[in-house]
Amino acid sequence: MTRDNLSNVGAEMIRLVDIHKEFDGVTVLDRINLSIAKNEFVTLLGPSGCGKTTMLRIIGGFESATTGDVLFDGERINDIPAYQRKVNTVFQRYALFPHLNVFENIAFGLRIAKKDVKEIRDKVQSALELVEMLGFEKRTIQSLSGGQQQRVAIARAVVNEPKVLLLDEPLAALDLKLRKEMQLELKNMQKQLGITFVFVTHDQEEALTMSDTVVVMKEGIIQQIGSPINVYNEPTNIFVADFIGESIILEGRYLEHCMVEFAGQKFPCVDIDFAPMEQVDVVIRPEDVDIADDPAEGVLQAKVSSVVFKGVHYEMLAETDDGLEWMIHSTTMAPIGQVIGMSIKPDNIHLMKKETKGPEVTAS
Amino acid sequence: MKRNWLLYPYVVWMILFTVVPILLVFYYSVTVQGGGFSLTMAHYARVFEPLYMSVIWRSIQLALVSTIACFILGYPVAMILANSPDKQQFSLIVLFVVPMWMNFLARTYAWLSIMENNGIINAFLGLIGVGPLSLLYNAGAVVLGMVYNYVPFMVFPIYTVLRKLDPSLIEAAEDLGANPVRSFLKVTFPLSLPGVLSGVTMVFMPSVTTFAISQLLGGGQFTLIGNLIEQQYLRTYDWGFGSALSIILMIIILISMGLMSRSNVYEEGGLI
Repeated sequence: MTRDNLSNVGAEMIRLVDIHKEFDGVTVLDRINLSIAKNEFVTLLGPSGCGKTTMLRIIGGFESATTGDVLFDGERINDIPAYQRKVNTVFQRYALFPHLNVFENIAFGLRIAKKDVKEIRDKVQSALELVEMLGFEKRTIQSLSGGQQQRVAIARAVVNEPKVLLLDEPLAALDLKLRKEMQLELKNMQKQLGITFVFVTHDQEEALTMSDTVVVMKEGIIQQIGSPINVYNEPTNIFVADFIGESIILEGRYLEHCMVEFAGQKFPCVDIDFAPMEQVDVVIRPEDVDIADDPAEGVLQAKVSSVVFKGVHYEMLAETDDGLEWMIHSTTMAPIGQVIGMSIKPDNIHLMKKETKGPEVTAS
Repeated sequence: MKRNWLLYPYVVWMILFTVVPILLVFYYSVTVQGGGFSLTMAHYARVFEPLYMSVIWRSIQLALVSTIACFILGYPVAMILANSPDKQQFSLIVLFVVPMWMNFLARTYAWLSIMENNGIINAFLGLIGVGPLSLLYNAGAVVLGMVYNYVPFMVFPIYTVLRKLDPSLIEAAEDLGANPVRSFLKVTFPLSLPGVLSGVTMVFMPSVTTFAISQLLGGGQFTLIGNLIEQQYLRTYDWGFGSALSIILMIIILISMGLMSRSNVYEEGGLI
């Protein structure tokens, strides 16, 4: 997926300036600086407890930052209560009003805004059309399936024509197939409506599929901001590499210009900004390991210890003589027990500076 | 279905101590006292005499007034309880429950000594040169007694419902532009109605049937339907008339409960 819709992305919509947030003295967000453009689809991605939802709630006005500013369309909105902000939220468990039917749920915001009856009817109608729920107006919330509730929640938010739509893990409760469908639908909806989406998820695949920009977070700190391709191919640190997709992470040593040593072998690489003999972390994607039936064709030799068919590819584990276990994704299969040759192209070897306080990541 | 036999003791209990007595009361209400099985509607006819109708009407009025007062006092308390931090919540609830451990009559007697002519309030008023005011033996004193005794029955069901209310619903309302007042009126209050209805039922029923409160705080002068029934059974020994009054009272309660359950919010919380 390319960033071809970058051209649609307009001027700055939201800016978070030096946001710091503490709950009972525990820091949950630290030095958050983020700029979100008009029409941009931004995903806040990270494991649970990384502060992504808190960040969304600060934008929505449900939490206030301990220090730092939230700018909306250039204006500081720190002290504007949620009900006066021009954002709407799709809540994690939808938070639909159980005492109101589908129509009244969607009409809620419009009624608060005192729109006239005809306008309300028309707008609810087109919101229902957008989420493909026409004919469900009179249904109770309890009678809807999870996916249908999800759609009503989206309709209830977008019917108010917000400038920014906040989505807090809206797809987490759906089954896999429905989730994939909704991912595409949400993406289309965002293009169609032309509004900014800020989407929170812990599902890296979801983030890569839908976003213009991915914000990877860990322990309240932004690790990397970039396009899906950028964060996948050029992770800035081991955490990002490990969190976004599968990774093999190895200890290595930068030898000289474009040459690195790991797993007991020398490999040509493309990274240049390391000092000779510097200790580095080597990150390799499992799909970037090329395998050959003839061990002699590879730089490394390993014995296949497990094979799992994953649909498009096989996921294999292979062990080298020094006991390292490699995960390999390949469309060709080598049977268990076979010794294979493995090689890696120079631009598929990603080197990273050793972190002083390294995250607990092991070679998977 | 296998464990159905576990129900039998309860069913036996119900039949012995609820169904049979009700049938007996009904039997007394439609027969001539000491006249064997000779049927009569005279007891019911007496109930509809203006004197007794006014007593029934007064009972309903006072019960309604105290139910409304309990609601007005109880709802904010329930909200404060539900919204206070967990640690405080417990001590606040204990504060509410502890007086209920004390005997009902003792609590009501306490009001007597507070409000009587040489009681605490009048002693204080005397110090500043007012009074003594006659605080007891009027409708106000009876309502006060009812509200004091029954307000916890309003607070707790509402508190339970509010506590279970998903806070993200309030956030959703705010998110959609509702200020705190409107989000209360459009979301919190409608969703708490099951609790309110339980509370109303649990305050209205004992209020409309009470005889102890009206006897103590209303003095002999202030007769409610409960006192009337008590008199028939324990003083004039007119069991037939007392039974007819009881049946009418039951019908009144059934009708009022029926009216409330018609509002169709019971599916959410129901009677506690």
